[in-house]
Amino acid sequence: MSEINKEAITDDMFELLDESEKNSEFIAMESKTFFQDAWGRYKKNKLALAGLIFLVIMVALAIFVPILSPYGFESQDLTMKNALPTLAHPFGTDKLGRDIFVRVMYGGRISLAIGFASAAINLVIGVLYGGISGYIGGKVDMIMMRIIDIIYAVPTLLYVILILMVFGNSIGSMLLAICLTSWIGMARQVRTQIMSIKEMEYSLAAVVIGASHKRILLKHLVVNALGPIIVSLTMMVPSAIFTESFLSFVGIGLDPSIPSWGKLANDCRGLFFTYPIQIVWVVLAICLTILSLNFIGDGIGEALQSKTR
Amino acid sequence: MTNNNKPILKVSNLKTHFDVTKGIFQPKQIVKAVDGVSFEVYENETFGLVGESGCGKSTLGRTIVKLYEPVEGEIEFEGKPIKGLKGAELKKFRKDMQMIFQDPYASLNPRMTVGEIIKEPMVIHNIYKTDKEREERVVELLKIVGLKPDHIQRYPAEFSGGQRQRIGIARALAVNPKFIVCDEPISALDVSIQAQVINLLKNIQKEMGLSYLFIAHDLSMVKHISDRIGVMYLGHMMEVGPSNDVYHRPLHPYTVALLSAIPIPDPDIAKAKQRIVLEGEIPSPINTPEGCPFASRCPKATARCSQETPKPIQVGNRLVSCFLYEK
Amino acid sequence: MALLEVKNLTTSFKTPQGKVQAVRDVSFELNEGEVLGIVGESGSGKSQTMYTIMGLLAANGVIESGDIIFNGENIAPSAFKNKKEYDKKMRTLRGNDIAMIFQDPMTFLNPVLKIETQLIEPLMNHTKMNKQQARTRALELMRLVGIPSPEKRITQYPFEFSGGMRQRIVIAIALACNPKLIIADEPTTALDVTIQAQVLELIDTLRRETNAAIIMITHDLGVVAKLCDRVGIMYGGKLVEMGTDKEIFYDPKHPYTKGLLNCIANPEDDDDKELQPIAGSPPDLLNPPVGCPFVDRCTKAMKVCKNHMPSVVAFSNTHSSKCWLNDERGAKYND
Repeated sequence: MSEINKEAITDDMFELLDESEKNSEFIAMESKTFFQDAWGRYKKNKLALAGLIFLVIMVALAIFVPILSPYGFESQDLTMKNALPTLAHPFGTDKLGRDIFVRVMYGGRISLAIGFASAAINLVIGVLYGGISGYIGGKVDMIMMRIIDIIYAVPTLLYVILILMVFGNSIGSMLLAICLTSWIGMARQVRTQIMSIKEMEYSLAAVVIGASHKRILLKHLVVNALGPIIVSLTMMVPSAIFTESFLSFVGIGLDPSIPSWGKLANDCRGLFFTYPIQIVWVVLAICLTILSLNFIGDGIGEALQSKTR
Repeated sequence: MTNNNKPILKVSNLKTHFDVTKGIFQPKQIVKAVDGVSFEVYENETFGLVGESGCGKSTLGRTIVKLYEPVEGEIEFEGKPIKGLKGAELKKFRKDMQMIFQDPYASLNPRMTVGEIIKEPMVIHNIYKTDKEREERVVELLKIVGLKPDHIQRYPAEFSGGQRQRIGIARALAVNPKFIVCDEPISALDVSIQAQVINLLKNIQKEMGLSYLFIAHDLSMVKHISDRIGVMYLGHMMEVGPSNDVYHRPLHPYTVALLSAIPIPDPDIAKAKQRIVLEGEIPSPINTPEGCPFASRCPKATARCSQETPKPIQVGNRLVSCFLYEK
Repeated sequence: MALLEVKNLTTSFKTPQGKVQAVRDVSFELNEGEVLGIVGESGSGKSQTMYTIMGLLAANGVIESGDIIFNGENIAPSAFKNKKEYDKKMRTLRGNDIAMIFQDPMTFLNPVLKIETQLIEPLMNHTKMNKQQARTRALELMRLVGIPSPEKRITQYPFEFSGGMRQRIVIAIALACNPKLIIADEPTTALDVTIQAQVLELIDTLRRETNAAIIMITHDLGVVAKLCDRVGIMYGGKLVEMGTDKEIFYDPKHPYTKGLLNCIANPEDDDDKELQPIAGSPPDLLNPPVGCPFVDRCTKAMKVCKNHMPSVVAFSNTHSSKCWLNDERGAKYND
């Protein structure tokens, strides 16, 4: 002990502390709700934050540009064919003189809508199917999982082509084609999560206090499986966008009148060697959107990781 | 003495088995986690259940609170068999019979606040009419377990292990149960915190007149809190009796060995103590053979022990499952 | 001369939340052939003190100050030119002169190697034995730690052994090169009571036969009473009391030691005296109290305790504690 401290110690310090002056039953951490805490960690991840900002801008542009722009996505101006970017047409025009900027943003509407819608459908089906399978367990689980195996055993492309041929090239049949198999991954993941959480002591405690099945499933199991579910959900959006773009690009996708990103890229194919800049815009939009969604998924995954204990 | 009371819980010849067969074509593998256990717990009593890992004590506790279904035998709670309880009767059983869990880090839902956790049982059983009354009761319960009312909005992750265990106790108390199964409630806690929880449980019992089934592997603590003790080994109840008698005059050879293995926190006694060091280890509970489960390690085993399973024998105030005590 | 002398050791960890002060100004000595128990709750710094000595700190751990004198030589990182030199020195020390026994044997044993390889390799690396000699010695060690039919079991893999047997293997590996010092980190915590008794009995026999000094890290006062000659009590990263087993158990000086002894059940008492728990929770080592770490839970806490760390007061050659009640002005509160 240093001399300085010795001097500072006076006799009147040798009095018992009052209970109120002690700091027992203290709590070290400041109180935050689960999502406040996760958001705090998410914000620290620069890439994830940049991804989120880009996605918000992209969604806003996709919604508002076609409304506010003087050009419609189908309005042709044959005097302005294959123009390079100018102030009037920031991305230039295509072979029919249509404004590429408006078309890319309009395509964003369709592609993003397909991405989010298929993720939502996957969420509902996957959580229900996986949740029920994992929660009930036993024979029911066995049968439900074998059904999944059978669906999974048929090549995806086969379904997709069949569906698009039978039901036509509408957005609805595209969604059906994408979602028919992609919910399986979600269902499997939810099932594994539910099965492990079901054995956690807090779930057993819920049984012991007499909670109903619905309550246990929703309040205790699904809520705690939510983290990984959200993460795979964010990863599902880009994969759906990608699938749609791919199908449209190879020509079995949407109707030619619906300019999704894949369709736009397909349109530019013929001019790839003469006007390569036209395809750059749509490819850039696809890449950046998918990349930012991936960053967002990673960010959410990390942000949700701690505090689960 | 508690023995004059009537039993609140009666377990007779209970068997809980698990099928752990790996594949469809593999030979059948059955874990006989609990294999023919009988005992009674009286009102306002603490019954201690001790045994080493894998002896089936936790499975027994979980079977009693109806988390597992037994394959054979009966559990009577307040004179009524709990088998096949449904609807309102099951709900009443769930209200009267509560459980405190082992791992304070896993037994509280991390997405619920402390208030929500303690309130949930009251909501399920419709105990109070308004939410305000429930909130008041939560605050009261927090005070009983020594936490502050302003902890109500916090999440479990913000608490230490001992504090979390006390939240778990408050949740169990929320429905005013008659019986609590305490499944190793202190084994994950630090020494100085264990005593907090033990004293809390004792005080609650005194005030509310509860009965406990106290499961633990720490013999010193079990002896301290329990009125009577049951010693389990490999799914079987080896000996049941008043805790002081069992500790000072153990009858079953396994109890003798188990007690001599307790490290005594007193250097003079501990260093002088002669231990009976058992040879070998606990056999696997999968497909256990006939006979006394302890036969393979018992210093007093005879040929008969590995052929026949001994039945519980009344010796004074105790039940012992060992052929040595056949008249 | 003491075999091991630790002086003013301070270790901390960098975490996203800030600096965790795990070990704060810890000093003690250990003589040859002696068993020292370090007792403390989780987060008291007892394990981290030992990891610091062994040079096995996690990557975010920093030794801020202090000397570690082993066998007359300073082995604190500050005594070496660079990290490479230090690591080289520590590698030779570990396995030769200092051995460690961990709580969970499975984290120590390599699951894909036969016991034979895991026992023979350190022998061949650290001594000049050839393979045949090493094998003979390995069998000898297995017999020493009480593994039945070692010739058969030496060719088996760790998963074929039970928990207690695995811990015996770990002890055999620790003993392989006749270490002068064995650090055992909760060696029996993961084991059942009857198996724990076997392993404690084994350690007790070995210390007599090998004359190695042992540091036993544990939270179980029963284990300490059984095995240890001297005991150090740690709380909140500080060593608050040190003494022989009898001094600690029969004449504790620090309120924390007293509290600890009052809150464990001794099965030998039948009147079942009420346990006296220590209220509250252990301190947060991110922001430890400036003064005595025990201040918030101490029934005798004084104003001085809040901001001033008490200095060491010796009661005998072996017994010392850090508490303001030892000061003549605080003595009036002693009962």
